[in-house]
Amino acid sequence: MEDSNVERFSASTPKPRIGIDGGDDNKNWRRRVNGVEVSVPIVCGSIAFFRGKKAKEYRTHNWTVYVRGATNEDLGVVIRKVIFHLHPSFKSPTRVVDSPPFTLSECGWGEFKIDITIFFHADACERKLELSHLLKLNPEIYSGPQSPNVPVVTESYNEIVFPDPFECFLSRVINHPAVHVPKLPEGFNLPPPGVFLLWSLLNHLLLLVHGFHCNVAGDAGDESYYKMKKGDTKDHPLSHWFSKFSEADELFKLTATRQKVQADIAELKRQLVMVDVQPEQF
Amino acid sequence: MGGTDAKDILGLPKTPLSLTQEKKSRPQKESHRKPDGISREVYALTGGVAPLMPSIDVTHLKRPPPHDEKVAWQWLPVKSSARKDDLQLYHWVRVVNDVPPTGDYSFAKYNKSVDVLKYTDDEYENHLTDPVSVWTKEETDQLFELCERFDLRFTVIADRFPLSRTVEELKDRYYSVTRALLRARAQSPAELANHPLIKEPYDMTRDRERKRALSMVLSQSRHQEKKDAEILAEAKRITEMRLAARRAAEPDVPANENIGSVSPSSNSQLPATAVAPSTLTMADYASTLASLRMLHVYLRTYGLEQMVQAASSAVGLRTIKRVEQTLQDLGVNLKPKVPTKTVCDEHLELRKEILTLLNLQKQLQYKESEGSSHREGTYAAMPDTPKDRVFASEPFSFGAERPIKKEPKRKGPGRRSDTPSPAHKRPRKLKASDL
Repeated sequence: MEDSNVERFSASTPKPRIGIDGGDDNKNWRRRVNGVEVSVPIVCGSIAFFRGKKAKEYRTHNWTVYVRGATNEDLGVVIRKVIFHLHPSFKSPTRVVDSPPFTLSECGWGEFKIDITIFFHADACERKLELSHLLKLNPEIYSGPQSPNVPVVTESYNEIVFPDPFECFLSRVINHPAVHVPKLPEGFNLPPPGVFLLWSLLNHLLLLVHGFHCNVAGDAGDESYYKMKKGDTKDHPLSHWFSKFSEADELFKLTATRQKVQADIAELKRQLVMVDVQPEQF
Repeated sequence: MGGTDAKDILGLPKTPLSLTQEKKSRPQKESHRKPDGISREVYALTGGVAPLMPSIDVTHLKRPPPHDEKVAWQWLPVKSSARKDDLQLYHWVRVVNDVPPTGDYSFAKYNKSVDVLKYTDDEYENHLTDPVSVWTKEETDQLFELCERFDLRFTVIADRFPLSRTVEELKDRYYSVTRALLRARAQSPAELANHPLIKEPYDMTRDRERKRALSMVLSQSRHQEKKDAEILAEAKRITEMRLAARRAAEPDVPANENIGSVSPSSNSQLPATAVAPSTLTMADYASTLASLRMLHVYLRTYGLEQMVQAASSAVGLRTIKRVEQTLQDLGVNLKPKVPTKTVCDEHLELRKEILTLLNLQKQLQYKESEGSSHREGTYAAMPDTPKDRVFASEPFSFGAERPIKKEPKRKGPGRRSDTPSPAHKRPRKLKASDL
C-alpha cells in the first residue's frame, strides 16, 4: 500500500500528493492528502412562523434554526455535533445537537444573533468551526399583519472547506452525496475505509445507546451504511421552505462582468498608448 | 551678545541671569543662550545643550595672547626625518621669543612603511622555490621590490608587474613566501604563533570567492533586489502565520509536512508571476493560502474574505472603496450569495481586474494631465507600461490611426481627430494638426 500511495502528478494546480505526517506505519491513517480539497456545501438558516392567535407577549413566534446540507443530504458523515448558542434569556442557552439533522426549534419573541459551533468527526478535523446566523422573525418589508402560514425564511449558503484532508477521511467520504470531492487524477489510490471500521463501529454503538434504529451494514463501502438513521433533511417537515441555491446565475453575472472589465482594460491600454505616442509627432 | 537677540527672535522674556563662563551652572538656559568662547553655530552642533563634560575649557578659547611672549613668524628651512634626500624645503614657523621650535618635523611620524622581508639567495633556494607553478626567482624578486616600493598596495603592484598576474596570485605568492621565511627564520614555532600571517594564512580561493560575491551583490539589479526582498518578506510572513496558527491549533496538528509543500510551491509561483504589476500581492496570496491551509478547516466565505484582504493589502482604503463602488455599479454582490469555489475564484479575479482597471484609469489621467512632457521616471516605474508591448504588436490596427513614423506632416483624411472611439470619454487636447 505504501508505494502505490506516494505518487506525484503534474496536474494543473495543485499537485495531489500524500503528505507524510508522522511517518510510521502505526499512524499512517493520519496522513494528509495535499492538493485535494474536500468541501461540504451547507446552508445555515432559520424559519420563523408567527403564532397568530396563539401568540402571547413573550411567545410570538415559533422558529427553527438549522445547519443543513445544501442539497439536503445528511451532514452526519462529516459533522459530529452542532452547538447553538442562544440568547442568554433562554433557559440553558447552549443547545447541543449531536445527531443529524442539526436543527433546533424554539419559541420566542426576539431577534438575535445565534452563534453556531460545528464539531467534526475525529478523522475529518479536530478543530471546531464557528459561524453565526441572525435570527429574523419579522419580514423586511411590512406587508400587513403576519400570517401564521407564511414563515420568514433566512438562509445563507456556505461551504466547509477541508484543504488537506486526512487520507482516511477522504476515503470515507469520497462517494457521499453530502460531500464534494474534486475528481482525483488517474491512478490515485486511496486505502479502503475498511481499516477504520473499528472507529465507525464505535460510532454505531454510541448511536445505539441513544436508542436510534440503525442498519449495521456488512461491508463498509455500502452507502446504506451511512443512512443508518435519517440524518438528511430531504423529508423534513420544513423542507418545502428551503431555498435552492444555484451558482449558475452568480457565475454567469461574474463572468459577464469580468469580460466587460477586461474589454475596458484593453480600451484603456489602447488610449494610454495613444497618449504616449502623440508627443513624438511634433 | 547672542543671548538677548536669540530670545528676541524666540519671543521669550528676557530674564535677568548672571552670565557665567561655566556651562554646568545653567541647566535651563541652554537653548536660549550660548556660552562665550564658541560661536553659536558650533554650539548648536551639540543640540543646543551643553556637553556632559566640558570638552574644551572655555577659558582656553579666544584668550588674548599673553603679554610677556613675543611671537613672530619666520620663513625657515625644514628638516624632516622622513626625507632621505637633500631636498631643502622651507615653511613658516612660529617663533616665540626668538627661539625657533625644536624637534623633528611634526608630520614625520606619519611616514610609516611596511617591513617587507628580504631574503638571501640561499634562503630562496632552501625554502622559497615555488614547487607548483611558474614563479621564478626573478619574478619573486621583482614582486618583492614592488611590494617594498608600493607598500603592499597590491592593485598598484599588479598594474606595475611586468608579467600579467592577478592580484590574488601576487598576494598569494607574497604571503606564502613571507610565511615560509618566517617559519624558516624563527627560532621556535611558539614565537610565530601570534603572527597574523601564521594565524590566518591567506587563502587565494577564498579571496576570489569573496570578491566575486561582493561584485554580485553590487551588480544586483533593482528587480533582483526587489524579488529577494519580497521572498524574504513572504518567508517571514509565512513563518509568522504558521506560528499564529500553531498557537491557535491543537497540539497534535501536523505542521511539518506542509512546510515542504508550501514553500516550494509559493517560491515557484513568484518568478512566474513576476510580470504582474504587484508581485508583493502574489506573495500575500501565497501566504494567505498557506495560513488557510494551516487551519485545516474553514468556511468558504472566510477564505474569500482573507484573499480579498490580501489583494487589498497593497492599496489604500480609498482604492478599496472604489473597487467596491465599481462592483456595486456593475451589479455584482460584494459578498457572493452562493459562494462556491468557482464563484469565489471568479469574484477574486474580478476584484483584481477592477484594481487593474482603476490603476489604468489613474495612469491615463495622470499622463493626460501632464500633457506632452515625458515623464521617464513614471514610465520606468510601471513595469507593465503598455506602450512598448501593445504598440509593438498592434501598430496599425486602429481605424484612423496613421502610421506614425512615415508621414508626420500629412494633413489628409487620416487624422487622429477622426479616430472612432465613441467610448472615449476624455476630451482630446487640441493639437496643432487639428486646426
